[in-house]
Amino acid sequence: MVMADTLPDEKTPRTAIVADGVNVHYGTKQALFDVDLDIKQHQVTALIGPSGCGKSTFLRCINRMNDVIDGCSVEGRILLDGDDIYDRSVDVVQLRARIGMVFQKPNPFPKSIFDNVAYGPRIHGIAEKKADLEEIVHDSLVRAGLWGEVSDRLNEPGTGLSGGQQQRLCIARAIAVRPDVILMDEPCSALDPIATARIEELIDDLRENYTIVIVTHSMQQAARVSQRTAFFHLGNLVEFGSTDAIFTAPKDPRTESYITGRIG
Amino acid sequence: MTDAPMNGQPGEVRRGLSRTDTMETVRKGLRRRYAAERRFKWYGRIAIAIALGFLVVLVGSILFRGASVITQTHILLSVELPMDAFSVDGEVTDESLQRADFGGIVKQALRDRFPDVSKRRDRRTLYQLISTGATYELRDHVVADPSLIGQTIDIWLTASDDIDMLDKGYIDRNVDSTGRRVSDQQIAWYDALIADGRLERHFNTTFFTSGDSREPEQAGIWGAALGSFYTLMVTLLLAFPLGVTTAVYLEEFAPKNKWTDLIEVNINNLAAVPSIIFGLLGLAVFLNVIGLPRSAPLAGGVVLALMTLPTIIIAGRAALKAVPPSIREAALGVGASRLQTVTHHVLPLAMPGMLTGSIIGMAQALGETAPLLMIGMVAFIVDLPGGPLDPATVLPVQVYIWADSPERAFVERTSAGIIVLLLFLVVMNLSAVMLRKRFERRW
Ligand SMILES: Nc1ncnc2c1ncn2[C@@H]1O[C@H](COP(=O)(O)OP(=O)(O)O)[C@@H](O)[C@H]1O
Ligand SMILES: [Mg+2]
Repeated sequence: MVMADTLPDEKTPRTAIVADGVNVHYGTKQALFDVDLDIKQHQVTALIGPSGCGKSTFLRCINRMNDVIDGCSVEGRILLDGDDIYDRSVDVVQLRARIGMVFQKPNPFPKSIFDNVAYGPRIHGIAEKKADLEEIVHDSLVRAGLWGEVSDRLNEPGTGLSGGQQQRLCIARAIAVRPDVILMDEPCSALDPIATARIEELIDDLRENYTIVIVTHSMQQAARVSQRTAFFHLGNLVEFGSTDAIFTAPKDPRTESYITGRIG
Repeated sequence: MTDAPMNGQPGEVRRGLSRTDTMETVRKGLRRRYAAERRFKWYGRIAIAIALGFLVVLVGSILFRGASVITQTHILLSVELPMDAFSVDGEVTDESLQRADFGGIVKQALRDRFPDVSKRRDRRTLYQLISTGATYELRDHVVADPSLIGQTIDIWLTASDDIDMLDKGYIDRNVDSTGRRVSDQQIAWYDALIADGRLERHFNTTFFTSGDSREPEQAGIWGAALGSFYTLMVTLLLAFPLGVTTAVYLEEFAPKNKWTDLIEVNINNLAAVPSIIFGLLGLAVFLNVIGLPRSAPLAGGVVLALMTLPTIIIAGRAALKAVPPSIREAALGVGASRLQTVTHHVLPLAMPGMLTGSIIGMAQALGETAPLLMIGMVAFIVDLPGGPLDPATVLPVQVYIWADSPERAFVERTSAGIIVLLLFLVVMNLSAVMLRKRFERRW
């Protein structure tokens, strides 16, 4: 396991998340082996690797979405700003308000566009007044680059949008809760190239305000959007470092065969 | 069939299938495949036609037999209301009215109409033209308007069921008089009344507003309808919330382990338990131990709720399973608690399916008689129930009781009872469809 603590082209950003010896089991089957990883603030960290290597599993550890899977057990520590999120004192609901998630398949609620974005702020009581709520919805849609397309039909169902628009709606929904971190699990795998390009641009814009962890099976995408890349293989973190370094000078032979297309 | 080389290698003679051969085979097969499809469609259509045919025959025959209950034969009698029959010491009081011999007055009116009937036996046959309920009709009429006392009034009184059947053509007057319920003499009186215009059929209010009676012309469906209504209300109020909560807990919250497996198996088995067992349980527990009132819709509703619960739980779980997991992930992902995820997102989406299951369960409960047998709801009950604690019977039981009665007039009431039962079902299903529509409109 290689840790890249210093990056030549960045002025040592703060570390947002630290994974320390994370092991995950589904029942008796181990899905992740002793993963150590640190994620920097206001950077995009890409997780790549062949199908079934544990990328999603790792991502879901960060906002404890694995909690709801029967038989899934997580060992080790994951620190968010220095606090262990698996500590007893941590409330999952609060944690998920700080760490938003965007899923592989766009999954807007079968409600209006407005209600989709407003749902998070409503349940967390972030906006008391209607005007505040409207402002949050507006801001979130603007940041997600969707406002121009939906401003005149906020009351129409979110499920009626195109796939790419739905995914940006899901991003807006995540942003509306004002998280620090956004996790994205193959957010473009169900989208066409044009919609994908829009999301990639958006990710680049969002980096300014959020820490982003993205799972992707497309190495080009990892190269385009991320600053640092982690390569997983069969549940192990094989190599982790600056995206440039991983793609131009991989140290591990497995990484090299993956990025040259021999595993995958 | 060409053996020409296909891929530009001159001189090669290809063995086996060439491309044109393949197309030919596919084309031949296609005809067979389409024929099979057409045949299957026809089987389907024939099956539907047969099912519809049965339904039409069934409903048609019930309607045909039950429709005549809409009217009831009445006889117009001139009734003399002599002052001294209603007064004590020349004064009409509530008490003296109650004591008055209205039956005698009706009989007198009949004798006045047919004065040449003098023998006692003939008079008894004469009195049988009129329903025994006529006494009460006259009493109610006079009590409502005591100023009629001292006059002679014309009043339509309900005819007996035999006369009603004769008028509706169910009794064949050509049959020898020993073989029919109406004597030759009665037929002669009937003809005389018709000739006077004193015998008519009016709308049968009694059937739609009274409870059961031994006399067909006084028997009504309303008591049983009320009984069914109260019983189903109790069932719905108990089974729906309990069933939905159980389904939600098992599907969304309970850990998947041996215990929940055991519970699941038991719930599925419960759905297959013969309904009379639930009646036995009701008798043993609800009547004998808890002491719920016998024959009351409350006890019946509780028993039927037990019977309906498994149906609602199973349908509810199926409906919850059908909600895509991505919706749950979406809600959890923005920080909704599990309960919020369920109540805000999963439950509204599962509601249409849950309602369908509940309606199926309620429809079963509506048609059930066996479990009610054990708790005394299969009983002859005349009074209209005023609430879920009064003794009552239910529609299918009423139909059963009437079907078991010998009088010809109960045949049309049996069919009419079935029609009312079916109407109940239609109303329930329609309200379910409407509810479903309302939930579905929220996408
Ligand atoms: N809910 C689950 N239950 C059991 N095994 C699972 C579950 N989710 C994932 N796994 C297993 O864990 C391993 C890693 O899966 P995942 O993290 O989804 O891989 P990736 O996202 O990299 O394709 C796979 O072998 C998969 O079969
Ligand atoms: Mg995955």
